[in-house]
Amino acid sequence: MSDQNTGAQASPEGGGEPIPVMQRILDNPFLLVFLGVTIPSVFYILWGVMEVLAIPNAP
Amino acid sequence: MTTALFRTCPDTGFKIDLKVDKLIKWNAVTAIVFLMVGGVFGLGVAMTRWPAVHLLPADWFYLALTAHGVDVLLVWLIFFEMALLYFCSAILLNSRLAAPKVAWVQYGMMLVGALITNVAILQGDSSVMFTSYVPMKAAPAFYLGIILFAVGALMGCFVFLGTLYIAKKEKTYEGSIPLVTFGALTACIIAIFTIGAGAVILIPTLLWSMDFINYIDPLIYKVIWWALGHASQQVNVAAHISVWYAIAAILFGAKPLSEKVSRTAFFLYILFLQLASAHHLLVDPGLSSEYKIFNTSYALYLAVLASMIHGLTVPGAIEAAQRKKGYNKGLFEWLRKAPWGNPVFSGMFLSLNMFGFLGGISGVMMGTEQLNIIIHNTIYVPGHFHGTVVVGTTLAFMAFSYWLVPTLWQRELVFPKLAKWQPYLFGLGMGMVSVLMMGAGTLGVPRRLWDMSYSDAAMPYEFPAAAFLMMGLNGVFALVAGVGAIIFIVQMVGTVMWGKKKVPAAAAPETAAAPAAPARTPEASAVSSYGSAGTMEVPGTFVLALIFLVTFMLYYFVNWKYLSSVWGLS
Ligand code: HEM
Ligand SMILES: [Cu+2]
Repeated sequence: MSDQNTGAQASPEGGGEPIPVMQRILDNPFLLVFLGVTIPSVFYILWGVMEVLAIPNAP
Repeated sequence: MTTALFRTCPDTGFKIDLKVDKLIKWNAVTAIVFLMVGGVFGLGVAMTRWPAVHLLPADWFYLALTAHGVDVLLVWLIFFEMALLYFCSAILLNSRLAAPKVAWVQYGMMLVGALITNVAILQGDSSVMFTSYVPMKAAPAFYLGIILFAVGALMGCFVFLGTLYIAKKEKTYEGSIPLVTFGALTACIIAIFTIGAGAVILIPTLLWSMDFINYIDPLIYKVIWWALGHASQQVNVAAHISVWYAIAAILFGAKPLSEKVSRTAFFLYILFLQLASAHHLLVDPGLSSEYKIFNTSYALYLAVLASMIHGLTVPGAIEAAQRKKGYNKGLFEWLRKAPWGNPVFSGMFLSLNMFGFLGGISGVMMGTEQLNIIIHNTIYVPGHFHGTVVVGTTLAFMAFSYWLVPTLWQRELVFPKLAKWQPYLFGLGMGMVSVLMMGAGTLGVPRRLWDMSYSDAAMPYEFPAAAFLMMGLNGVFALVAGVGAIIFIVQMVGTVMWGKKKVPAAAAPETAAAPAAPARTPEASAVSSYGSAGTMEVPGTFVLALIFLVTFMLYYFVNWKYLSSVWGLS
């Protein structure tokens, strides 16, 4: 048995039923870390810093 | 190579890695000590803002305010959250802890960092408030301590993730992680973002205070600092919501109404909650409305939705569990017959309600771009966050401590009678502090202001008498809450040091076979497994939710009306 929940895989109960996509996402902490760090970095920090840098200097 | 040693908790049947046991204890106790220190400074601040008392001189006021913010908001909460992360990973997943040595580095760095920053503040040249906006400059040690503290916390996050990983690999649990652990994972993820952002801004600021860098743009500082400042509050929210779920499970054996829905709500937090950092910049020029509105409205409302889901499903889970036990009369028998004398329950339930009604509603109002100006930089803002981070998070953590400390140490509470009252004293006292600060803020009283009578100001200004009255009452209720806080601390420290040892009740039938580990109690397995309550029949909770929504809407619209009268220019 693989030790990580990546790729299509039978449910642990062995019922052969595929695990739903959403559950696979929620079961993958490292994917969640990635999403939780990039989204705010882009929409909040990067976008914000770019707007501040675009303010023209006072003459 | 699993060298971990375990003991089995006689109360719950949890298998506890001895190293985790120690780590949780040290982190929790240290947290409580800093709550005490920060609370004393908080009382000093409240007594100074009580106009008739006006306790501290100006320089001490700002020193105390800085220390208060740092010690309670950062040190108390984050130390406690480290204890929670270890509890939710190793203990709930039945696993050993990944890298206990790293966890001790976490503890050491956080402690040393907190001490360094406290010393810097007490030396008097770092009264820059916990936000430390540039160009105000603190001593280098102030920033250095916070950086050490944050890196320590980051280590704790990695140990948590590592433990999730090895628990999965060593198959100590089946299927998905329990909801409470998922909530802790949410907190951990937001913490990683928080600390990353903190490093990006505080390291240059440290270098600037040491004169290696000569300029830091104040607006860039604000943008990046609030990624730290705001997101760390979302760590608190995710953590205390996990605690609500944990307490519902531990006291009632309650399962969430729907695992899927609750998990999705946490997922919305991971995606969107941190964007709301922009609500701290709503009146700053230089940032576009698109930026402000996207980050504080469109995206954030998804996160607000998630909070309302948790607010509905936690009492819903309790109602479902209580009805199963037969408390079925009318809409509210399940609630009336709840253990209101047990501080674990009363603290948690007060936290849930006051977080929603005081912190939540005011937060959505303030986070609306147009409305923010009504209360910006007034004492309404501390009013709001004493409704989130104090009656919400702090009270939830206190409630959890009433379970955690006696269970881990296997000792009885020292003053059980007093414990019954403590959540009401602290919770309701603090609730009033929150309401009164919001009231005074609505009348325009600024936050972080030493003298609201402006007696030595060049341009006099007079607030209405009601504002003075509210700030005085605020002082009175701060004292009530202070008594509540002292009782909590005495209770915890007393229990750890002098609490009567519990008699292991589970040891009764000492039969032939090897000392079989007691099975997990139903409550313990409710908190540590995946699964839903399997019912949506919670009419009482729906009525409560309706009351909440109506209050919310009324308050929101009243503020739009109020907005039209703010600019009384003539
Ligand atoms: C006995 C308990 C407490 C009392 C009496 C108290 C009272 C106050 C008062 C009066 C202010 C000052 C508002 C101003 O002048 O701007 C304040 C600020 C603050 N409080 Fe508390 N508080 C208490 C507990 C807490 C706790 C437990 C937390 C966090 C978990 C907290 C977080 C804060 C923060 C972050 C500030 C803002 C500091 C700043 O503006 O830099 N407080 N508190
Ligand atoms: Cu915020």
